[in-house]
Amino acid sequence: MIEFESVSKRFDDGTMAVEDFSLVLPSRQTTVFVGSSGCGKTTLLRMVNRMVEPTSGRVLIDGEDVAGRDKVQLRRSIGYVLQAAGLLPHRKVVDNVATVPVLTGTAKAKAREAAYELLDTVGLDRALGKRYPAQLSGGQQQRVGVARALASDPNILLMDEPFGAVDPLVRADLQVELRRLQQDLGKTVVFVTHDIDEAFLLADQVVILKKGGVVAQAGSPAEILAAPADDFVASFVGADRGKRTLHLRDGDGGGKGRTIVVDGDGRPIGVLADGPADGAR
Amino acid sequence: MEFLLSALRWIADPANWDPSATTPLPIQARLLEHLRYTAVSMVIAAAIALPLGCWIGHTGRARQLVIGFTGAMRALPTLGLLFFLLMVFGYWLSYDTAPIVGATIAFVVLAVPSILAGAYAGIESVDRTTVDAARATGMTEWQVLWRVEVPLGLPLVLGGLRSATLQVVSTVTIASYAGLGGLGRIITSGIGLNDYDLILGGALLVTALALLLDGLFALAQRLTRTPGVTDRRPAAARRPRRSPRPHASKSA
Ligand SMILES: Nc1ncnc2c1ncn2[C@@H]1O[C@H](COP(=O)(O)OP(=O)(O)OP(=O)(O)O)[C@@H](O)[C@H]1O
Ligand SMILES: [Mg+2]
Repeated sequence: MIEFESVSKRFDDGTMAVEDFSLVLPSRQTTVFVGSSGCGKTTLLRMVNRMVEPTSGRVLIDGEDVAGRDKVQLRRSIGYVLQAAGLLPHRKVVDNVATVPVLTGTAKAKAREAAYELLDTVGLDRALGKRYPAQLSGGQQQRVGVARALASDPNILLMDEPFGAVDPLVRADLQVELRRLQQDLGKTVVFVTHDIDEAFLLADQVVILKKGGVVAQAGSPAEILAAPADDFVASFVGADRGKRTLHLRDGDGGGKGRTIVVDGDGRPIGVLADGPADGAR
Repeated sequence: MEFLLSALRWIADPANWDPSATTPLPIQARLLEHLRYTAVSMVIAAAIALPLGCWIGHTGRARQLVIGFTGAMRALPTLGLLFFLLMVFGYWLSYDTAPIVGATIAFVVLAVPSILAGAYAGIESVDRTTVDAARATGMTEWQVLWRVEVPLGLPLVLGGLRSATLQVVSTVTIASYAGLGGLGRIITSGIGLNDYDLILGGALLVTALALLLDGLFALAQRLTRTPGVTDRRPAAARRPRRSPRPHASKSA
């Protein structure tokens, strides 16, 4: 469990990035921060591994204040996918992935072997492992960043817009893969995105942020959709534009057709099936 | 032209390399002295300037102070400094140690600014997001320095050492003013004897030595080039690229 207790951050230049932010992020669940640019998402994320020290307030992991933990040990124990992939340009892709295991004393050969498996996991060809980061596309680099964060098998994963540069098809694959990893391995994931659809897809808990890290609303995707706290949230999730409003319409064909579901603009998006959905979570 | 050919013939003359030749010969003795003064001064200067430069580049601390201070150091005329130090040390030290100590200090003072500038510029040139990521993955400050900043900043660090070496190897010529050896000794005797072969031959030797050392550094820079940093794209897609050489540091 990660807890933010009235955390504030004022940067040296006087920017108040986060003000009095409190939130509980349950263990083994995915919490997604969404919000527009500059609202403090990265700052919040980086307080968990002490890349940013709060000006006031505390961040606790399983009840223990991170301020009391050794920075280096803390960071090695947490997987962090940076917003800019942040790979080491002078190391081959496999060695980038193997960074943390090698730092913590795993034999190089073994760490590399595991790194190649992680390349599979994030959907990268193993042949790319021998390249240097500059020889990869932006989306490929991001996936290497994800593999690197997974390499030490951390309980907590901090992911800062990890799929921003990845194309929609691969992105969908990665989202499914992340969901699976998180559920199978019981990771606590903190995920940052601009994309509300991605947030709803991945989150157990969605946190919609306003400037200064102010929580506009926090809750499950269903709760937020069912009852947006205010106009800001409603417009953010697209409820005000009818984007999320679906209607039923009888199919044509004089009663022979099935019931179809249409969106706010009347465009058909699916058919209505009998009984409850099986993939209920 | 005639002077030049004559000087070259003088250098090529085996008699001038004969170990029993009288001062300022044989040539190899002066050459070795010259190299020794250069090497000793460079090692001392590097021992001071490299750690200091890495520390400034890594922490960003004391930057303005040190830049101002080394700027002032650069402005010191080495010859003037040498005479001053000879005077001071002549007072404190014995007759035979004063010149070598004074001269070495003068050359160290000459070399430090370039090495220091190369070191901190090299470390600072490393992309801050890369350093931030290295730290975020759990590298200690020491590991960030050695595994990330130094390898990536190496071209500029070597560039600083290179220009310092060039400055020192040419300036060591003035060691003869302190009554020491080195190739400058050949030149000063030439001036005394009004012998153009000695003057020009000595100068040519200094130039050749400087070019040789500079070439060695160029080679070292080439060998230590980090592959991932220069080869931006797979060979097929690589566009003709500009030389990735670090902006050549100012030489004296
Ligand atoms: N090191 C810093 N020094 C000063 N101000 C900073 C620093 N880092 C961030 N800020 C400021 O703090 C605020 C929040 O920044 P943050 O990076 O957390 O935003 P974000 O929500 O991650 O934005 P984005 O979606 O664009 O990544 C911004 O106004 C930003 O300019
Ligand atoms: Mg951000």
